[in-house]
Amino acid sequence: MQKIGVFVCWCGSNIAATVDVSQVAAAAKEEPGVVFASDYAYMCSEAGQLMIQNAIREKGLTGIVICSCSPRMHEATFRKAAQAAGLNPYMVEIANIREQCSWIHKNKEEGTKKAILLAKAAIAKVHLNEPLTAGETPVTKRALVIGGGIAGIQTALDIADAGFEVDIVEKSPTIGGKMAQLDKTFPTLDCSACILTPKMVDAAAHEKIRLFTYSEVEKVKGFVGNFTVDIRKKARSILEEKCTGCGVCTTKCPSRKTGNEFNEGLDNRTAIYIPFAQAIPNIPTIDREACIHFKTGKCGLCQKTCGVGAIDFDQQDEIITRNYGAIVAATGFQTISLERFDEFQYSKSPDVITSLELERLMNAAGPTKGELVKPSNREHPKDMVFIQCVGSRGESCREKSYCSKICCMYTAKHAMMIRDKYPDINVHVFYIDVRTPGKNFDEFYRRAVEDYGVDYRKGMVGKVMEQKDGRLLVQASDLLNGQQLLLQTDMVVLATAIEPDKSARNLATMLTASMDTNDFFTEAHPKLRPVESPTAGVFLSGTCQGPKDIPETVAQAGAAAAKVIGLLCRDKLLNNPQVAQAKERLCSGCSNCSKVCPYGAIDYEEREVLDHGVRETRRLAMVNEAVCQGCGACTVACPSGAMDLKGFTVKQIMAEVDAICR
Amino acid sequence: MREEILRISGVNPSKCMKCGKCTATCPAFEKMEYHPHQFVDMVKNNQISPLLESESLYCCMTCLACEERCPRGVKPQKLIEAVQVIKLRASGANRLKPQDVAERLDPSLPQQALMAAFRKYSR
Repeated sequence: MQKIGVFVCWCGSNIAATVDVSQVAAAAKEEPGVVFASDYAYMCSEAGQLMIQNAIREKGLTGIVICSCSPRMHEATFRKAAQAAGLNPYMVEIANIREQCSWIHKNKEEGTKKAILLAKAAIAKVHLNEPLTAGETPVTKRALVIGGGIAGIQTALDIADAGFEVDIVEKSPTIGGKMAQLDKTFPTLDCSACILTPKMVDAAAHEKIRLFTYSEVEKVKGFVGNFTVDIRKKARSILEEKCTGCGVCTTKCPSRKTGNEFNEGLDNRTAIYIPFAQAIPNIPTIDREACIHFKTGKCGLCQKTCGVGAIDFDQQDEIITRNYGAIVAATGFQTISLERFDEFQYSKSPDVITSLELERLMNAAGPTKGELVKPSNREHPKDMVFIQCVGSRGESCREKSYCSKICCMYTAKHAMMIRDKYPDINVHVFYIDVRTPGKNFDEFYRRAVEDYGVDYRKGMVGKVMEQKDGRLLVQASDLLNGQQLLLQTDMVVLATAIEPDKSARNLATMLTASMDTNDFFTEAHPKLRPVESPTAGVFLSGTCQGPKDIPETVAQAGAAAAKVIGLLCRDKLLNNPQVAQAKERLCSGCSNCSKVCPYGAIDYEEREVLDHGVRETRRLAMVNEAVCQGCGACTVACPSGAMDLKGFTVKQIMAEVDAICR
Repeated sequence: MREEILRISGVNPSKCMKCGKCTATCPAFEKMEYHPHQFVDMVKNNQISPLLESESLYCCMTCLACEERCPRGVKPQKLIEAVQVIKLRASGANRLKPQDVAERLDPSLPQQALMAAFRKYSR
């Protein structure tokens, strides 16, 4: 018979206001095996933990039940406290009487009744708990960063500076990401390229960093500390070790009709191309879809021009397999498709552009060398309208429910830069709310209004109409003076909502990392573990986790790096001992469990068993304890009941149900 | 009366984030005393009598642009229609009476429009 102690937490008034805690302790005392029961204001505090430890020592407790908050919150805390007092940490059970009871009930009598039932269930379970011991696995001291934008670069630099090897996998031909496309950065208006490109160079030159550009993660196996990743290095059709980056090939290429991704399609690029002057690596890539040689078998001008023979039309994709201890997702964002926003004429009028396109139009390295002109006729605009929240904060299927967070600031930046450079242009901004929290952010927005004379109007634009003279007519409301405005304008700039990069979902599946309904990666805890995925060993950096500006992205990148360093510093990791186990006498080797296992933790082996005096060889399921995450899927799939989860055995769960139904 | 309007229309005016896109897009703006976003706000705050007395009720052309473009799915048109219905259901409040038709009839209107007008403006 176990000697069980029950500790009921008030959680201040969080629990005690809805649950009569002393009544719960009293009821628990009546349960078989319970030798001690008490309540206290804050069980997780030092005094509370001391109370638990003293009770373990003085009463010789063999199992304890803490009636408190969710185990996700403090299970680890209480297990550690129990271990310090000499009790096996897996002899601790949590009855969640906060999230699953006090927070969802209003009536104290009902709340108390339910709390008592939850406590009884946990007591019944503890009776069947067995001490578990965690095994150890070694840690591969190398990290993988997926995505080579500012988030990925900063994470990689921070990890590498701590002395660990890092690989960056970037799907496009160069690192740099979206930040490389920006003109200036708020709120200081320093040049984006000037602060980014040195970091790109640092990353490329760092002896601990290896870049895989034009590459994609193809397969991820393994678990925290021991990931095995297949990287597909797509064929650039260039021999990297021979290429000098002189760029002559790109000037000779006759295929010049492909939209230039770096300039948001505002001009064209050649089929063999280097995305931009500061690209890293400074090596061209042949876009096989556009290349005349790949389409017709003719041409080959680049090959003839190349002085070092670096063009290789026969190059194949290469699969590189590498081992990692930790993986950081830094896959970033893209702007949403505006296909379904017909009221703004984006698909019809070239003078209706996204803010990212405006960045390129204003950039000295952009298609117009930084001169702001109407894309339709290259004329200087006189009036410009900015529309905020395009696709953000909406409920329909064409919109995103969230605030994209960066648009208010970059719109203020664009408006200010235009008024600064071209004081003759009238700039109107239509907003729903101006959201500028952040250091020096609101001051920045006020400067746009007060010092630069940007006309901010509270209200949305209803529609944009093309007119015969080529100008645009904007119909909008000004809610503050109750008018419907009709503005003649030359250009309309849409502050387009951002969404996670489309590669993120596929990656999340490979990493078994969870995502929210918008495809942003979910953090392990929204407040306390913001840079970790719930999947052990997978970390999050930048906008793949949620909309962020550059300072926040860099801060999070550093935080993710710190977490990775903390993991890679360790030589060995403790495994979760609450893993699946197959009873060999019941297992029929049917393979159902391995089919449902999301972690690939189950293998089969032929083994000799002794069953009722008969010795025979059978095909049996074998769980790799280091890989198993204890999700329990196999225990449900097993038709013969051979699979069981240590710490959550069928017997234990049935005992809980019995206790509640008694 | 507020509850009745909400029930008839199925609109939750608290969903409105006051962006004004409905009003920005409304083709009947000039004719209206109260504009679509004001309808939403006034019903929400139970200021319904001024709406009932306003000619704005009959300016709405049911083009549904407000409903189509509202980012929060509020459906201001449904709300305007519900207030209209409340008004018309009161006894003797028919907006369009058969005896008035002859003098107001525009011969170029299709007959269907007349039927629709009866359906919309009388009990």
